[in-house]
Amino acid sequence: MGSVTDRLDQFLTRDYAAGFVTPLEAEMAPKGLSEDIIRLISAKKKEPEWLLEWRLKAYRHWLTMTPPRWAHVHYPPIDYQDIYYYAAPKVKKAPRSLDEVDPELLRTYEKLGVPLHERAALAGVAVDAVFDSVSVATTFKEKLAAQGIIFCSFSEAVLEYPELVRQYLGSVVPPGDNFYAALNSAVFSDGSFCYIPKGVRCPMELSTYFRINAQNTGQFERTLIIAEEGAYVSYLEGCTAPKRDENQLHAAVVELVALEGAYIKYSTVQNWYPGDKEGKGGIYNFVTKRGECRGANSRISWTQVETGSAITWKYPSVVLRGDNSVGEFYSVALTNNFQQADTGTKMIHIGRNTRSTILSKGISAGRGSNTYRGLVKVLRGAEGARNYTQCDSLLIGDKCGAHTFPYIEVKNPTARVEHEASTSRIGEDQLFYCMQRGISAEDAVSMIVNGFCKEVFKELPMEFAVEAQKLLGVSLEGSVG
Amino acid sequence: MNETIERYVAEFRAQATRLPGARLPWLAAAREGAIERFARQGFPTLRDEAWKYTALGPIEKKVFPLAQADLGKVSEVGAWLLEDVPHRLVFVDGRYAPALSRVGALPAPSLADSLAEVLARAPHLAEPYLREAPAAGAFVELNTAFMADGAFVQVGEGVIVEEPIHLLFVSTTAGCVSHPRNLVVAADGAAVTVVEHYVALGGGGYFTNAVTQIAAGRGARVEHYKVQQENVKAFHIATVVARQEAGSRFDSHSLSLGAELARNDIATRFDGTGCETTLNGLYVVAGRQHVDHHTTIDHARPRGTSREFYRGILDDRARAVFTGRIVVHKDAQKTDAGQINHNLLLSRDAEVDTRPQLEIYADDVKCSHGATVGQLDDNMLFYLRTRGLEEGHARDLLTYAFAAEVLERIRIRSLRNRTERLMVERMAEAERLKELV
Repeated sequence: MGSVTDRLDQFLTRDYAAGFVTPLEAEMAPKGLSEDIIRLISAKKKEPEWLLEWRLKAYRHWLTMTPPRWAHVHYPPIDYQDIYYYAAPKVKKAPRSLDEVDPELLRTYEKLGVPLHERAALAGVAVDAVFDSVSVATTFKEKLAAQGIIFCSFSEAVLEYPELVRQYLGSVVPPGDNFYAALNSAVFSDGSFCYIPKGVRCPMELSTYFRINAQNTGQFERTLIIAEEGAYVSYLEGCTAPKRDENQLHAAVVELVALEGAYIKYSTVQNWYPGDKEGKGGIYNFVTKRGECRGANSRISWTQVETGSAITWKYPSVVLRGDNSVGEFYSVALTNNFQQADTGTKMIHIGRNTRSTILSKGISAGRGSNTYRGLVKVLRGAEGARNYTQCDSLLIGDKCGAHTFPYIEVKNPTARVEHEASTSRIGEDQLFYCMQRGISAEDAVSMIVNGFCKEVFKELPMEFAVEAQKLLGVSLEGSVG
Repeated sequence: MNETIERYVAEFRAQATRLPGARLPWLAAAREGAIERFARQGFPTLRDEAWKYTALGPIEKKVFPLAQADLGKVSEVGAWLLEDVPHRLVFVDGRYAPALSRVGALPAPSLADSLAEVLARAPHLAEPYLREAPAAGAFVELNTAFMADGAFVQVGEGVIVEEPIHLLFVSTTAGCVSHPRNLVVAADGAAVTVVEHYVALGGGGYFTNAVTQIAAGRGARVEHYKVQQENVKAFHIATVVARQEAGSRFDSHSLSLGAELARNDIATRFDGTGCETTLNGLYVVAGRQHVDHHTTIDHARPRGTSREFYRGILDDRARAVFTGRIVVHKDAQKTDAGQINHNLLLSRDAEVDTRPQLEIYADDVKCSHGATVGQLDDNMLFYLRTRGLEEGHARDLLTYAFAAEVLERIRIRSLRNRTERLMVERMAEAERLKELV
């Protein structure tokens, strides 16, 4: 086993490919959090009065809250006064087209492989790129606008579609929902806004790329997606950050609203900087994501591939309010070195004949700790509700941990709820089999891991699936044992 | 500190010198430490993860004075006896009743006696287990502080006690509390089966707060049955803590049928390699009953095997909670753990909250868990009806069959028959069902 372990160890030590810093001048607000900072953020973004009030209310509520402690993760307390809450790349004036965007910035995205600019056209992806806290450029806006689809940065939406924003903002994740959601509601700087009108099928996959660039900043983006009756949209989100020794905080809020017959597919590939091999640095990814199937026959599907971040605390959830609505959660979470992930989902069945599927694949390597935590709740009125949950864990190495904490609460006898979980490791016989066929240990592990995750990967849009597979390979490097 | 806790502390101060073993300095110190920790932590609340679904309001609101046992109250226990179990220790309101008990000859050097008696005559036998009581929460502390009696079962090295030992606890006094404390110690290579059985005489509410400690030596086998048939106004809190040494086997069966509020904490820890455990459980509740099972299997050493089978049947406005925690420690390689919890909802107003949990820190392990909640299968009902069974009858039969898997694992014939009978009697169409099963 020793030699295989060693080889696997070598294989697991590859570098974080997105770890470069872009030398851009950033405009930053002073460190720390106070009502003045919130007023400053709000003023910078020329926000209407009601939004400032909304932020301040959230902030005052946040002050009364304490960070959640129930998650299976360990980290020193965060000093919320030692964070920059606003950092924008300095530009002389607002860019009117891609040509006006700082070429340095575009090069960054190029390095990251974001299909911005012409490449976007080829890939057929509309990108709203968020660099630190400000949305840099939104591609394909016109093409989408022709169908009445709104896809723009959140700040733009606040100025141009205040009624829509006001109607839906905080309606799925209320500002006081939890500690990090309240913090986000107070200081969110930008994010994406997406509105699909009635009966429209969004012709391309919408995509946002988040990147934390400046030092000591927190990224607090806010995403709001509304799919009107019968609309369809597939939304992709990717995240990276440069390597730094300090831990950086990322506390985002994503809200999805699906009205009658609408379908929202939300895919995430999260590759924030995970910290180095000794567990130094890395992103704290404390995210609140929730979708609400408001109308009958609506459907929300979350797919996530979580390979980055020092600590992940994330539970994309679906509130199944409409009759016959469907919620789905497909997840691959990988922790290597000292990474910790406490992730899962919540499926709240309210409407009749609501259905949910949860498929979670956790991979722990090195000293990683990977926790699935999920809630399936069937309320009294949810006649005929159905849930199927499967969570599997794969352990690579004898110093990692894999935990499963499902919560099942059923108040309706017609509901059928099933939960299954298993934990195992890569079998020596599997490895041996592959190796005697001439496949290297490295390739064999990556093959086995990819096979383990296949059911989730097939839910990802094609480009993302390829990227996710590559990422998994990279993230596992140096940990196989 | 709230008023109830203050009252318990005051009662402890008043009673301490009269409790069994009060003259033993080590026991007095253990009791003192326990009441202090209890006063400090108080009763668990819904904010405690382990008590998230069980509110203790009814227990907390009231101060239950210690039951003053009047052994004369109970003259006959025949209705609860198990005919093929010759050894029995009977306790009335937590106190040993020698007149009702009968312990046959056990192979030396084994012993089955009242704990109070052991503390009076040979306290060194109980000392290792009571000096360092398990840190398992407020109710164990309360028990340690106030425990007056219970069973002490010790089986010597290599001794196999073939016949089960029946521990029967009869509650007779409404509004009072008893704190039974049982010790079951199986030396290396020993084997013993114990049935811990709780019943009530009369319909008034009372509070039972029991703690059972089990120690299985190397290669020992301990089989523990806990049959909870308290009356429906009673509060029943029970903790079973087992410690297993290398190669030992511990089988637990928990049958929870009675009580308004019942909570069973069952935990075992593997302190040596190659241990085995099976936890079986069946809870059948109706009316406004609330039952909560919290099991923990600590795979602290390699090559352990554990299996857990829990089933629940809920009717009316009953509520059941199940938490099954399996922890595989860092070096516990080659662990094999499986756990399953099935729940059957028979009414619109019943509620189930289930949490199977795996916490794994070793890689060469095989662990799985599953949980389901649902109602009777329509296809099965339809099938039985096509065979000429009325709907109610078919429902009863399927409900009975659901429980049968757990009942079949009961190895004591008289206990299995009795439980089957109890199950049938609960059914709406009991008379017709009797013909079938």
